[in-house]
Amino acid sequence: MNTPEIQAHPAPEPVAEKSYLSEHTLRSWLLTTDHKRIGILYLLSILLFFAIAATAAALIRLELITPKGDLLSAEMYNRMFTLHGVLMVWFFLIPSIPSVLGNFILPIMLGARDLAFPRLNLLSWYLFMTGGCLALWAILWGGVDTGWTFYTPYSTLYANGQVITMATGIFIAGFSSILTGLNFIATTHKLRAPGLTWFRLPIFVWSLYATSVILVLATPVLAILLTLLAVERIWGVGIFDATRGGDPVLFQHLFWFYSHPAVYIMILPGMGVVTELVTCYSRKRLFGYNFVAGASIAIAVFGFLVWGHHMFVSSQSPYAGMIFSLLSYIVAVPSAVKVFNWTATLYKGSIALDTPMLYALGFIGLFTVGGITGLFLAALAVDVHLTHTYFVVAHFHYIMVGGMVLAFMGGLHYWWPKITGRMYPEQLGRLAAIVTFIGFNLTFFPQFILGYLGMPRRYHSYPAEFQFYNVLSTAGSSILGVGYAMPVFYFIWSLKRGTRTGANPWHATGLEWTTASPPPTYNFAVIPVVTEEAYCYPEPAGPPPKDTSGAEEDRHA
Amino acid sequence: MLKPKYSRAMHSPYEKHFESAEQQRDTAVFGMWIFLGTEVLFFGGLFMAYTFLRWASPVTVEVGSRHLELPLGCINTAILLTSSFILTMGIQFSENGRPRLAASLLAVTAVMGIAFLCIKGTEYLHVIHEGLLPGPAFRIDRVMSPDSLRAGMIGALGQKANLEPQNVVPTVAELFFWLYFVMTGLHALHLLIGIVLCLVIAVLLRRPGGVSRNAVHNTGLYWHFVDLVWIFLFPLLYLAGHW
Amino acid sequence: MTFPVLPEEGSLGAREVDNILVALVAMAFFFSTVIAGAIVWFSFKYRRNNPVNRVRSDAHSLKLEIAWTVLPLLIGIGFFTVAAATYFRERHPPAAAMEIHVIGKRWMWKIQHPQGKREINEVHLPIGVPVRLLMTSQDVIHSFYIPAFRIKQDVLPGRYTTLWMVPSKIGSYHLFCSQYCGTDHARMIGQVTVMSRPDYQTWLTTGEHAESPVVRGAQLFRQFGCSGCHAGSEVIRAPSLVGVYGSTVPLDGGGTVLADEQYLRDSILLPNAQIVAGYAPVMPSFAGHISEDDLMALIAYLKSIGAGQNGESGRQSLTYPERAANPAKASP
Repeated sequence: MNTPEIQAHPAPEPVAEKSYLSEHTLRSWLLTTDHKRIGILYLLSILLFFAIAATAAALIRLELITPKGDLLSAEMYNRMFTLHGVLMVWFFLIPSIPSVLGNFILPIMLGARDLAFPRLNLLSWYLFMTGGCLALWAILWGGVDTGWTFYTPYSTLYANGQVITMATGIFIAGFSSILTGLNFIATTHKLRAPGLTWFRLPIFVWSLYATSVILVLATPVLAILLTLLAVERIWGVGIFDATRGGDPVLFQHLFWFYSHPAVYIMILPGMGVVTELVTCYSRKRLFGYNFVAGASIAIAVFGFLVWGHHMFVSSQSPYAGMIFSLLSYIVAVPSAVKVFNWTATLYKGSIALDTPMLYALGFIGLFTVGGITGLFLAALAVDVHLTHTYFVVAHFHYIMVGGMVLAFMGGLHYWWPKITGRMYPEQLGRLAAIVTFIGFNLTFFPQFILGYLGMPRRYHSYPAEFQFYNVLSTAGSSILGVGYAMPVFYFIWSLKRGTRTGANPWHATGLEWTTASPPPTYNFAVIPVVTEEAYCYPEPAGPPPKDTSGAEEDRHA
Repeated sequence: MLKPKYSRAMHSPYEKHFESAEQQRDTAVFGMWIFLGTEVLFFGGLFMAYTFLRWASPVTVEVGSRHLELPLGCINTAILLTSSFILTMGIQFSENGRPRLAASLLAVTAVMGIAFLCIKGTEYLHVIHEGLLPGPAFRIDRVMSPDSLRAGMIGALGQKANLEPQNVVPTVAELFFWLYFVMTGLHALHLLIGIVLCLVIAVLLRRPGGVSRNAVHNTGLYWHFVDLVWIFLFPLLYLAGHW
Repeated sequence: MTFPVLPEEGSLGAREVDNILVALVAMAFFFSTVIAGAIVWFSFKYRRNNPVNRVRSDAHSLKLEIAWTVLPLLIGIGFFTVAAATYFRERHPPAAAMEIHVIGKRWMWKIQHPQGKREINEVHLPIGVPVRLLMTSQDVIHSFYIPAFRIKQDVLPGRYTTLWMVPSKIGSYHLFCSQYCGTDHARMIGQVTVMSRPDYQTWLTTGEHAESPVVRGAQLFRQFGCSGCHAGSEVIRAPSLVGVYGSTVPLDGGGTVLADEQYLRDSILLPNAQIVAGYAPVMPSFAGHISEDDLMALIAYLKSIGAGQNGESGRQSLTYPERAANPAKASP
């Protein structure tokens, strides 16, 4: 709905009228049922967990500068990588885009006033915080050193530490995810604005929908597994204990049955964000909309069928291994289709390399590398050599950081004016994006080489011949840290000093850009009626005239 | 049926993010079905474990099942089925302008749920007393000794050749009882939540403000789901050794 | 500081894996360059306010979608097939391979050669001889990894897993535990030394060594009383164990099982789980009475008595000189 009135709008609106940010009391924040405020609560929470997990990563990288284990004791190192994995996966990556950007933007994008179940949404946040506090308690009171994968029988029979507390924290946070997914599905089905049919939805909505289906179906399996783990630790029944007739590999099957779909929970929302960014900053319709929407669903479905590719050397039957390997190649295809469609969207577009676009393009490149290295791991004979090594670490960081974190940063920059009514400083934004991109590659590309050379994961000390690449990686991580830190500073700065923006500073399509920035509590004065397809940017007729709309004024720092 | 007269509950305003009361009802019911879907997956993992156990060691599962008290299981099944019927009646009355009667029926439902839990508690105590609680104190000899097999519906089965004690695998027997406690325990936990829901709705129905039709409807859906889970649990756990 | 890029190729199988890797790298490089190049080129050519022709056709093209769905799928299936074939060969050791026992425990590797020599965290191997490892863990899951050979296998408690290789280059290579196993996981490392055959022969006969597992297994067979029932008894009827390894055993209640190492181990530790057809379940369990080393020795002994009944030549634990006389038929 890109009405001409907005394009001709000369000056930004003064923030005189009430927006959702107007009330300032603590009670109004902690007892809110407004999806926008809950999104901000989540933003602050996940940043806290990210900071703790990133500190652990910094300690890990510092330790690995030298081959000997000299900075941290072995126990402390093992606790560090466990902490890093647990917090990053469950308390940063899984909630990030859905619970922050999804909560804020999804209802507005659908033309609704809130999610279907606002109180349930608040409950989700409290469950998340409860789980997170338990996880922090576990870390501070003894720590956990099982790795985020909690493999048995180490975690059930040998590990000291706060395994059950940590498992309980994750269990509770899992219910937060389930309720969020439930809320999104109900909202997408029932609260769409009139005229907004399924195939007019922005791809961000399709992605969140696919993510929510996985959240709702896969997370209960994790819940049961964590229960089994706790029961086994407390009562020792023997389900995972070989000496009592149980099977430790059963744990791996159950774990990866959840955790592989979980990685699609982490990446699908990022793909949705990237689609929004690529279309907006090319001012062009998405190429192959139906295929991109269908690919999101295909990834969700096929993602449930490939868990055994984490277990090729676990003593799983080689025939099962072959089936999982083939399915893993098949599940890569919808992702490839998306990458091609995004690239085709750029063709003959009108491209502006603003900060969100830099993050989006960075995502496409790094996700391509990460995804293709996944194909290395799907190749059975190659995986036998590469599994359990730094190659796997590099692969998933390319997807999670090079993909997901970049998409999150891009989305945050893109919707920052909508959320806060202020613009971030554009030049600093671009600089941070470039610094992040460079730092990231320097950190993680050497790890591919380390993996093929044979350096195993979770090694506190290592043979001297691996040192060069470890030093490179640590150097890169310091640059990456700078790239992460910069937005923290300029976002906070922008809250007071950033240029105020109007409803649609990017001149993008999408219902969220038709309401004020920041939006009023009730989102829309009148629920809009949708009559057009998604990404309905005007087609150029011959070489376009110079862009003379108010675009420049809105975007200057 | 009576011509529906809408109670005060029906006139409660819908939440402000909905466009109409009907949209709110629709959405709430839809949300409840999704939630029940996740519950199916939650229990599903345990049902899969049971299926695997039964396929791998059918004899042990049968012998283990024969230690469960079938009469008590039957009574519990009858209680739950009747309670579902009573709850449905209650919901009908609440929608037809008889909130106080509905409240009473919901209270009866809750009481029946409590009765179920008491009987289940008794069963647990019997099983534990027999030394069949999984863990270090598990008495495998008690599983296999003919004395502890209950009479009743076993009939001619005791003479079947493959039910000899040595065909019982000790670790699997312990796993069967573990599954029994976990599956019925999880079910009991859900039932307890249902009881609380029924009592809360019963209290609210007696208040002047009434309660939204959704809340009553969704409570009904939840209770029926808990009932449905029991209908699957009962034959798998109790009838396995008593057919 | 050194700047290696690939590990040494220490075995016959390593080259095959490296070839697949090269193909994967080429494919990765190609697609990354195409995508990155397109992004950079389009961002430049179609930058905003650049007056260039942007008139275009539809925002979809079925032909293109099919093309870039089918092409990656075909490439994927191609890689799958080649890698799966190599993997299949990796999972099927040749019949006449020298068998070495490996026991992983926190935090060391215990190696037992068939001729009796034992090592801790070291494995000496002769060049060109196929070697099959029979492995188990005493506690948690570990993973036996030799990067130079490109092979890895998780090592599990209560289970036997296997790995095989044909060393092809003299030298020393890393041995890592690659499945996190607790505090000193990073120190559960060792060295694989590949020697020429004469050097290996010399090494075998120098230093202290115990008796071979087969001989020790025979002693244990008598010591634990197995021969009391299984070597012919008038009091207890027990199945004969001559030639049992590799045969198909009929079970009570129907069904059969292949008598591999896992079956033999389970029969000793959980005898009532699977009863041989026609016999009474009277065998006592030895769980808790026998160590992993001794279990492997017993099994080695059982494998040495008689050939399998199904035409499969039993994996006999020949001593090294006998094996050298039978040329290795293994394909890499």
